[in-house]
Amino acid sequence: MSAVESVLKKHPGAGRDALIPILQEVQEDEGYLSREAIAEIGKHLGIPTAKIYGVATFYNQFRFQPKGKYHFMVCRGTACHVKGSNRVLETAEKELGLKPGQTSRDRLFSLEVVACMGACGLSPVMNLNGEFYAKVTPQKLVKIIQECRETEGGDGR
Amino acid sequence: MIEMQVDGRTIEAGEGETILAALKREGIHVPTLCHMEGLPPSGACRMCVVEQEGTGALLPSCSYPVSPGMKVRTRSPKVLNARKTIVELLLSNHPDDCLYCVRSGNCELQRLAEAMGVRQRSLRGAKNHRPHDVSGAVVRDPDKCILCGRCVRVCEEVQGICCIDFVGRGCKTYIGTTFDQGLNVSTCVNCGQCIVACPTGALTEHSCLNEVVAALSDPDKVVIAQHAPAVSVSLAEEFGVPAGQDVDGKMVAALRLLGFDWVFDTSFTADLTIMEEGSELAHRIASGGVLPMFTSCSPGWIKFVEQFYPDLIPNLSSCKSPQQMMGAIIKSYFAEKENLDPKKVVSVSIMPCTAKKFESGRPEMGRDHTPDVDYVLTTRELGRLLRMFGVNLMGIEPQTADNPFGERSTAGKIFGASGGVMEAAIRTANFLLTGEELPKLDVLPVRGMKGRKELRAKIGDLEVGAAVVNSLSGARKMLDEIRAGRSDLQFIEFMTCPGGCINGGGQPIGIDPDAAKARMAALYKIDETAKLRVSHKNPYVKRLYDEFLGKPLGEKSHHLLHTKYAAREVL
Repeated sequence: MSAVESVLKKHPGAGRDALIPILQEVQEDEGYLSREAIAEIGKHLGIPTAKIYGVATFYNQFRFQPKGKYHFMVCRGTACHVKGSNRVLETAEKELGLKPGQTSRDRLFSLEVVACMGACGLSPVMNLNGEFYAKVTPQKLVKIIQECRETEGGDGR
Repeated sequence: MIEMQVDGRTIEAGEGETILAALKREGIHVPTLCHMEGLPPSGACRMCVVEQEGTGALLPSCSYPVSPGMKVRTRSPKVLNARKTIVELLLSNHPDDCLYCVRSGNCELQRLAEAMGVRQRSLRGAKNHRPHDVSGAVVRDPDKCILCGRCVRVCEEVQGICCIDFVGRGCKTYIGTTFDQGLNVSTCVNCGQCIVACPTGALTEHSCLNEVVAALSDPDKVVIAQHAPAVSVSLAEEFGVPAGQDVDGKMVAALRLLGFDWVFDTSFTADLTIMEEGSELAHRIASGGVLPMFTSCSPGWIKFVEQFYPDLIPNLSSCKSPQQMMGAIIKSYFAEKENLDPKKVVSVSIMPCTAKKFESGRPEMGRDHTPDVDYVLTTRELGRLLRMFGVNLMGIEPQTADNPFGERSTAGKIFGASGGVMEAAIRTANFLLTGEELPKLDVLPVRGMKGRKELRAKIGDLEVGAAVVNSLSGARKMLDEIRAGRSDLQFIEFMTCPGGCINGGGQPIGIDPDAAKARMAALYKIDETAKLRVSHKNPYVKRLYDEFLGKPLGEKSHHLLHTKYAAREVL
């Protein structure tokens, strides 16, 4: 049974109001919302796929590409913004060659923007695979990415 | 009734109605943008604000209910300023290319900017840049979109499709398809209702005007036009004439002036459809075939069944639509008769419809890698072509269409209105089964704009359960009933657009129920005074069977006039 099927099985006879919990559970299991998943959820709930895509894109929490091995979450909350998180994000986009929500073709890297991580005292803050990085600067970020690449056997480029 | 005050004047309003509804009845104009007559208010654009006296609050009149003693002002400085600011904000990220826009001169945003006195660009914002989404029938240009949501609502609430929706949030919102995969792989049925609902140039038909102009000026090509029943009662609107005037003869003369070598009337093949479809229904009833039989004239409806109700495909009549029947006999019978090379014939149809563009491109709608219909122009595109060629439609002397496919019964003509196919079929079925004409040819229960009309028709000894359904949300309800086991119906007419082709997605811009009604009335007026009112008496249809086709459902008909459908995977 696919992950989507087992999630849907937990919601028999569900209606429109179950959409967001189902999307969350599917993403929890699969790491993202695939086209196939959205089509299947649509059939189960009787909701057109365009509507589901509309709802899902409204919220920052949903991804439409699988997470990379190194998943970067850059905080763009108010405190981080004041401390220059826009430059951190710019650097991440440039160094990784990704826009927020995207995953690199080799599935090594993915980038996500979050509104606030609740760690304003450490701002600007970033999270890589669950680990927090405090007072991130563009220089620090470049180094972190380089280290990831070196671990993967690349030359850091 | 309650009393309220508007601009110092006392008016009466119905309890529970919106301020806008009350103002409208009093003839007080308030500009609107996202508002759609007949649908629940959305209150998204705030264009319709009025000022509440005392509190000074700006109330959205489209969605705010009236209350006793309410005092509002519809043209106070505060109101006018708010409306102007709204337009300025909408313009701030809009492309500055009105001169190049197909909707220039017919754009609600342009009209509002003019009416609100916007004379300079006081707000500048980042422009939108998103790729165009082009399908065989519809083109979406998200840069011109002002997010009023009318296309989304007509697609979801009227047609029950919902292939587009708001994607994203805040200033990054845009209208998109599932996973931004485009209309082609979406559930879009190409009905074009979004186009007529769009206030700007964000939605247009996929035009093939250039190809038609090229064909008209190519001496090697024989260019043949056919025009659908609903075009002659709406084309005049493109030239500023109020809805409901029939310009059939003028249009035929105008098409000749444009350089078409032959001008045929699709109503002729509507008569032919009645002969074929009527015979198919009689055959299904006699042989215990699949019932109820569904009509197959409306290509949006066909795609709808293929993608949402593939289990009911056997219920669809195998008859091609009148457009495709005409296309098939032009490039076979007619080409043969006139000694024309079918490869040199350019077959152009003028349709009130965008889904016809999609239909003409279906691979099964042609032979030897040549499509039966090469290009489909909407009513709007014909209007543009006439303006381009400087043809003054309203000043031309009327002419009649060419034979052998120019003579039509008015049964074929009323195909343009919801219920028309059913009425034409009942007239002919009665004759075929009893040998006598109906004493009164008018079948009133199937007429009108209502979404569903049902009737039990007695034809000779046979009692037939018949239904007429228009708009696809209505079709969905009917098909669900049939899936659930409803079995008292034998024949159902389905039309994609509300009211039928007179309100099609290729018709003059605007979602005005009164315009659709006026066009419908014009069709029935033509029928009322006509001599030839039944398809089976059309002498040229008889001749076509005698000289070429043989008999309805015969072998030639099977090859040329009938088709197959298949289930479709869409996103």
